[in-house]
Amino acid sequence: MKFTKTLAAAAAMGFALTGGAMADDHPVKAGFIYVGPIGDLGWTWTHDQGRLAVEAEFGDKVETSYVESVPEGADAERVMSQMARSGVDIIFTTSFGYMDPTINVAADFPDVAFEHATGYKRADNVSTYSARFYEGRYVIGEIAGAMTETNKIGYIASFPIPEVVRGINAAYLAAKSVNPDVEFKVVWVYTWFDPGKEADAANALIEQGVDVIMQHTDSPAAMTIAEEKGVYAFGQASDMSNFGPNAQLTGIIDVWGPYYIERVQAVMDGTWESTDTWDGVQEGMVGFAPFSDKLPDDVRARAEATIAALAAGELHPFTGPINKQDGSVWLADGEVADDGALAGLNFYIEGIDGELPN
Amino acid sequence: MDFSSLNPVAMIVLLIGAATPILLAAIGELVVEKSGVLNLGVEGMMIIGAVTGFIAATTFDSPMMGLLGGAVGGALVSMTFGFLTQYLLSNQVATGLALTLFGLGLAALMGSAYNGIRPPRMPRLEVEGLSDLPIVGKLLFSHDPVIYLSLALVLAVWWFLNRSRAGLVLRACGENHEAAHSLGYNVQLIRFGAIMFGGACAGLGGAYVSLVRVPQWTEGMTAGVGWIALAIVVFASWKPWRVILGAYMFGGITILQLSLQALGISISGAYLSMTPYIVTIVVLVIMSADRKRASLNAPACLGRSFHASH
Repeated sequence: MKFTKTLAAAAAMGFALTGGAMADDHPVKAGFIYVGPIGDLGWTWTHDQGRLAVEAEFGDKVETSYVESVPEGADAERVMSQMARSGVDIIFTTSFGYMDPTINVAADFPDVAFEHATGYKRADNVSTYSARFYEGRYVIGEIAGAMTETNKIGYIASFPIPEVVRGINAAYLAAKSVNPDVEFKVVWVYTWFDPGKEADAANALIEQGVDVIMQHTDSPAAMTIAEEKGVYAFGQASDMSNFGPNAQLTGIIDVWGPYYIERVQAVMDGTWESTDTWDGVQEGMVGFAPFSDKLPDDVRARAEATIAALAAGELHPFTGPINKQDGSVWLADGEVADDGALAGLNFYIEGIDGELPN
Repeated sequence: MDFSSLNPVAMIVLLIGAATPILLAAIGELVVEKSGVLNLGVEGMMIIGAVTGFIAATTFDSPMMGLLGGAVGGALVSMTFGFLTQYLLSNQVATGLALTLFGLGLAALMGSAYNGIRPPRMPRLEVEGLSDLPIVGKLLFSHDPVIYLSLALVLAVWWFLNRSRAGLVLRACGENHEAAHSLGYNVQLIRFGAIMFGGACAGLGGAYVSLVRVPQWTEGMTAGVGWIALAIVVFASWKPWRVILGAYMFGGITILQLSLQALGISISGAYLSMTPYIVTIVVLVIMSADRKRASLNAPACLGRSFHASH
């Protein structure tokens, strides 16, 4: 009886709160859908840093909300609809797998602006945005190629989607450019977030003689294992040096804040429209964690030069000649891959062993 | 294909590490189910164990305190389930699911200050002379203590259920709670004790994840291991020895597919990732096809609330 009363009271309070917030109009409401927990300290964490940047920028003029650990698929649609119905003006859906759910829900809520991360389907009220992570991977691939002594680099990959394949190809190109003997060992774990499995994958790779680990999954598990086993690794999405003070050489940092602020500002001004954004090192969407003091001076200098060239727009990682894995020509000498080709990239380039799962 | 660089010993060591959290949680749940209670909150108790174990280990700078902390944390949170289902007679399925959601949320809250901290290392039990033996030394004599503990626990549970009077009483509660009650046994209290044991085991399994398998705290880090443990209990048809088989098979397939990929052998990871789940489903289908056999194994009062009406 007491329990029921408490529950009822809690529920009533919940309604009162939402009711109050709704009655209080004007502040722009921004909603965020996260695929993992904020505490992953990786992908989702950096998106939440972006949300906090929006709050810091606009103060009272904005209200943000988020739902974390939303599975990709039917559940995502339900959460998005619920969020849209609650009067949110702009919704950021921050995982590739939310693509179709976002398009479906957006059709039902034409007055709500949707922003889908890393996808390629747009509508009048659906924008897409992503970062050119492959530029970051080119830089860390170059460092990995220089730092490996066994010439074996391990790569923990999530799902065989273009985003991930692009990263592997870019990292391999860069590693190969500084170390012709380098070999990539790719392990697909088919999850974005499962620390246990990510750690097992890291262990299995180290067992095969890998001494530098790259990852395209979201948790710092591989970094922890790298630290323990005395090999090198790179922070993923955020600075993970806490987990691997000796292991982390640098890391790719996702910087979403400026974009989120710009888009929320557009909603406030009434100028929001559907766009396709793909920013990289140049625009500041891809950043780097501080370089480890384990990097020799020449490696550090080369990495800094590469970053500078990317920032100046002078270097494109996918510049020919590049062959596909089967030896056929992909890019002729001097040819630069266009964004369309990169967005749909679904093959390994020449030199990478193993079959790309489909 | 070149299998020569595949090191089976290293693989088995990894396999045991992946299987142990499942084994611990499953053997605890087996006792709970033998007493007639279905607790679907294993995942929630594990994640609580992972965070309380982590907090205890870092606070006291001792991995052993961490294990203890995990077990205590799991047992404490399981008491809410025990109280609700045994004394307030709430629905076990709904309460168990709620326990998982509650556990995930509470663990995230408790652990927020512990992100990015490294726990004290769990020592390996090295036996002078034996651990240095080729192959056998690595296989048998150089694991961390939890692995030996988990196997000893299975032995103890088997002995308790099949060879002790107390175990017989516990099984009686699971098979026919009215009969047990009419013989003068306090069904609710016995079940409450079993639930706490299950919670402690799940908590220990969780602490193993955050202290040994991935020595770090990350929200949601058990990532579904608790559900697998639940499936393994059914897979094992409530027999302790088969729980070892199930847990090691599951860990084995996980590690095998990762190792083969690391080796550069092209296999479809997607299919291998599915295999443990498919095997579990197949076993469930085979078992349920023969209703008599299934009912021989499953505790007759599983999931039914007991209320003494007199």
